[in-house]
Amino acid sequence: MTLLGLYNYWIFILLLVVGLYAVLVKGNYVKRMIGLGIFQAAVFLLYITMDKVEGGTGPIMRGVPEPGQLYANPLPQVLILTAIVVGIAVTALGLALAIRIREEYGSIEESDIRRQDQES
Amino acid sequence: MSDASLILLAMALPLVFAGVIALTGANRNLRDSVMVGSTLILFATVLSLLPSVNAGGRPSVALFDIMPGLTLGFSIEPLGMIFALVASGLWVLTSLYGIGYMRGAKEKHQTRFFACFSIAIFAALGVAFAENMFTLFIFYEVLSLSTYPLVAHKGNEEAKRGARIYLGILLGTSIGLMLPAMLVTWYMAGTLTFQPGGILQDNVSRSVGAILLILYMFGIGKAALMPFHRWLPSAMVAPTPVSALLHAVAVVKAGVFTVLKVAVYLFGLDYLQSLWSADFVMWVAAFTMLSASIIALQKTNLKARLAYSTISQLSYIVLGAMLASQLAIVGGGLHIVMHAFGKITLFFCAGAIYVAAHKTEISQMDGLGRKMPITMFAFLLGALSVIGAPPLGGFWSKWHLLLGAVDVQQQIMIVVFLISTLLNMAYLLPPVIRAFLLSPPKDDHDDKHAAHGVGHRFGLAEAPIFCLVPLCLTAVGTLLLFFFVDPIIGLIQSIFTGAL
Amino acid sequence: MSLAAQFPVLVVVLPLFVAPLLALLANRGNLPWLVAIVTSALTFAMAIALTAQVMQTGVIYYELGNWPVPFGIGLTIGPLSAMMLMIISGASTVALAAGRESMNAEVGEEHQALLYSCWLLAMTGLLGIAVTGDAFNIFVFMEISSLASYVLVANGPKRQALTASFKYLVTGTLGATFYLIGVGYLYMMTGTLNIADMATRLADVSDTLPVMIAGGFVILGVALKAALFPMHAWMPNAYQYAPTPVAIFFAACATKVALFVMLRFQYELFLPNLGPQASFLSSWLIPLCVGGFLVGSAVAMFERDLKRMLGYSSVAQLGYIVLGISLSSSAGVTAAMIHFFNHALIKAALFVAVAGMVLRFGSSNIEQLAGVGKRMPLTTLGFVLAGVSLIGVPLTAGFISKWYLIQAVLELGGLGILLTILILVSSLMAVVYIWKVVEVAYFKEPVDGQSMLGVREAPMPLLVMLWVLVFANIWFGIDPSIPITLAKQEAAGFFGGAR
Repeated sequence: MTLLGLYNYWIFILLLVVGLYAVLVKGNYVKRMIGLGIFQAAVFLLYITMDKVEGGTGPIMRGVPEPGQLYANPLPQVLILTAIVVGIAVTALGLALAIRIREEYGSIEESDIRRQDQES
Repeated sequence: MSDASLILLAMALPLVFAGVIALTGANRNLRDSVMVGSTLILFATVLSLLPSVNAGGRPSVALFDIMPGLTLGFSIEPLGMIFALVASGLWVLTSLYGIGYMRGAKEKHQTRFFACFSIAIFAALGVAFAENMFTLFIFYEVLSLSTYPLVAHKGNEEAKRGARIYLGILLGTSIGLMLPAMLVTWYMAGTLTFQPGGILQDNVSRSVGAILLILYMFGIGKAALMPFHRWLPSAMVAPTPVSALLHAVAVVKAGVFTVLKVAVYLFGLDYLQSLWSADFVMWVAAFTMLSASIIALQKTNLKARLAYSTISQLSYIVLGAMLASQLAIVGGGLHIVMHAFGKITLFFCAGAIYVAAHKTEISQMDGLGRKMPITMFAFLLGALSVIGAPPLGGFWSKWHLLLGAVDVQQQIMIVVFLISTLLNMAYLLPPVIRAFLLSPPKDDHDDKHAAHGVGHRFGLAEAPIFCLVPLCLTAVGTLLLFFFVDPIIGLIQSIFTGAL
Repeated sequence: MSLAAQFPVLVVVLPLFVAPLLALLANRGNLPWLVAIVTSALTFAMAIALTAQVMQTGVIYYELGNWPVPFGIGLTIGPLSAMMLMIISGASTVALAAGRESMNAEVGEEHQALLYSCWLLAMTGLLGIAVTGDAFNIFVFMEISSLASYVLVANGPKRQALTASFKYLVTGTLGATFYLIGVGYLYMMTGTLNIADMATRLADVSDTLPVMIAGGFVILGVALKAALFPMHAWMPNAYQYAPTPVAIFFAACATKVALFVMLRFQYELFLPNLGPQASFLSSWLIPLCVGGFLVGSAVAMFERDLKRMLGYSSVAQLGYIVLGISLSSSAGVTAAMIHFFNHALIKAALFVAVAGMVLRFGSSNIEQLAGVGKRMPLTTLGFVLAGVSLIGVPLTAGFISKWYLIQAVLELGGLGILLTILILVSSLMAVVYIWKVVEVAYFKEPVDGQSMLGVREAPMPLLVMLWVLVFANIWFGIDPSIPITLAKQEAAGFFGGAR
């Protein structure tokens, strides 16, 4: 496969790095959650694209399968559904925490919160 | 009763007594009688093990394996027997003394004090009877931990600080130096059991062995080798009975006893003589001996002076161990006994002086001989024993150490010993001289708060009788040891000659 | 089909099913707590039964739904898994038993049904990781337990608990996702998710780049979850602000489970197949471990909050465990597994004592706890004894771990001597921070204005649990045969032959 032909991996890497950057560098809690979401989406893409088989169709059986018929691998898709659910739960929890933090501190910026903690 | 059960009994008794003491704490007289009674029973138990060891036997009992190959076990050999006898015997006298002192000085928390004392004796016996280095290490650490509350007894800032240094140095050296040495020994020799001739000879190369020796010797912090000696003067914040028993007898003797055991039974004398680090440690011991004496000269506080004297005397035994000749080992073993009796007498006297006359500085002791002649005479005997003058017991240990030095062509050590003896005289005799020959200071009035001691009717102001009797007994002991030293020498020599 | 044969799966399923039931129960007084502790205790009983069985007959295999492995998910309970089951369910039971009053005091009585429900879910997740034999299943259970943990931590009494939980969430999710990437690559190369199956198939593709990258991602992900230096910052933070019973539970087992995953992957998959590269990777871990136990102990010496100090102490202790793992030798992994067990005992005891102090004094700041030795003598003595075990004084469990670890390290020769010295240095640092607490507790007078009138001993259940743990520490310091047997059995499985 040519280097460009591996484009799914390039996108995966790009999203991974973008997400990671947001998580580590941004001080706003909601932006961090967004970064986390992007980061996780990158991994989802990795899994989904890894199971695509050239010339394969969706892994659904209709009647008797023809010999020589290729199907995309269903297993990673199933795995990733699980991971997506986990991702939703994490995002929900993270945002709930952000809301509560806003209630307690009046802000969702890391610097504000740190300052308030030091003053108290 | 079989020897094995005697050993277990001897170990169990102090623990049981600690519990009983804790329970009878409310009734002072009951508790104190229990205390004294239990010390006598313990001494009798330990004494009953003597005949077998004398006859060449090695009573032993193995308890169980903690880890594969590492047994918690006891096996009594001559040095251990001697140490156990000294510790349990002097414990009898110290408990009597302690009762007198604590009541006289009106100290608090006496129950906790005596209970911890018992646990400390338990640990000391454990060290004495240990069959292998692992067991010894366990009880060595228990000894450090159980004496901490005793050192910190007074509870004030000073006591806390002293106790912190005490524990810090002891735990630091044992975990930081002795433990790695043990681990490497175990790794290379496959065993930690004490055996005559040592276990390292065939398993460990000279260079590794030399390093191991340094780790062991400095790791045995209780032997107060410089620069790890600081804990001893720091521990003087403890009440005098603690100083007397633990720091003249049990704790420091556990340290030098361990040094002797490691030298004779882990390294073996021949192997030891071939190591370059044995010479190095010997010189460190010599340095410690002399510099501690010089520091002692400058101390005006009596207990502090005695503390530094102890550091100096301990180096005698370490030096003997490093000379690694049979005579030197005999000298070292003897010194455990002689120094114990001598030093404990001196500490008892120091405590008596505090209780009776509330004096702690040597400068205050002018003319004290008139008021406390018995105490000061006992002090004189103890001092002479430590100096090593005949007809006191201390003479014999010095003699053997000197012979041991000649044996291995280390004649220069004779010079070191002589200088040390002179220094001993310089710092131990002045208090006695001042007490008897000088007149008391003009502003010295009868201290109304001093305890009513013996001889009040005669115009004397001695310490209470519970303090006075023990110190007389130990002083007489130093005298008797001069004459009855042969059995002890024979016992130690049986290590080299007898069947083991 | 006896009930006992279902234990491998029941151990996970029981808390899983009880959790939603608990959440639906109305907040009736102590009922949530009662249900939680009964479930926990039942699980503990099952764990013990399973351990006994494993010690006698060897590894237990169980197929979920009777689907044959590798098509279905299989459960594999070996000696180490059994040990983990005991640690997790035991820690949960102890924390619940000791922490009822603390939980009431710190969290309040309102949402307890939901809280204990989350507790059971966290336990489910951890137990699941211990028993499963499927790599993706590990991820699922890991996230179940993590999500529940984030909720539990966020319920601490102070508002900093929220930010602590958020940071924990972010770091934990990063870790889990890295792990997921690693598993994805492994699946790509071997076509299977079952660990045992992967082990055999990995041999064919062992020198390809994706596999090595997979190894790196897995180890990195797990290291984040396990608070390995330098990614450890979230842990002391979380322990400090979480409700104290939660801290008891987590300190004893949560990060250990992540290390369990690392151990399994390293010794079952990577070492046998990747050989030199895996050893190379693990030798990278060694400096991190050293950093962990030196930095962790050093920072602990200066910490003013007791829970935070213990958190940093855990960073150090986990450093010891990973050091054992990274030695790639039978002795090393044995030492690591023994310390799994012993450290759980030590930290649980320490945190239970702290829970008592916090309950009565209302603060975990060391200065504010002055004089606690007089008011709460039993609790403080328990803390001191557990601390002595932490330092590694002989006759305690901590000493056994240190002994085995140093023996394993000495096999490295010159480097081993250096590591030994560093390990002992950090032990001495442990002496410092434990003794700091001893001094404040016994020798300082209570802070002015602190009303000492209301302070009495900790509640009875807490004291009982504390002393059970302390005695366990001493027992396993004198007779460590059970953890040693389990550890050696497991190590033999890794190095001797097929599992």
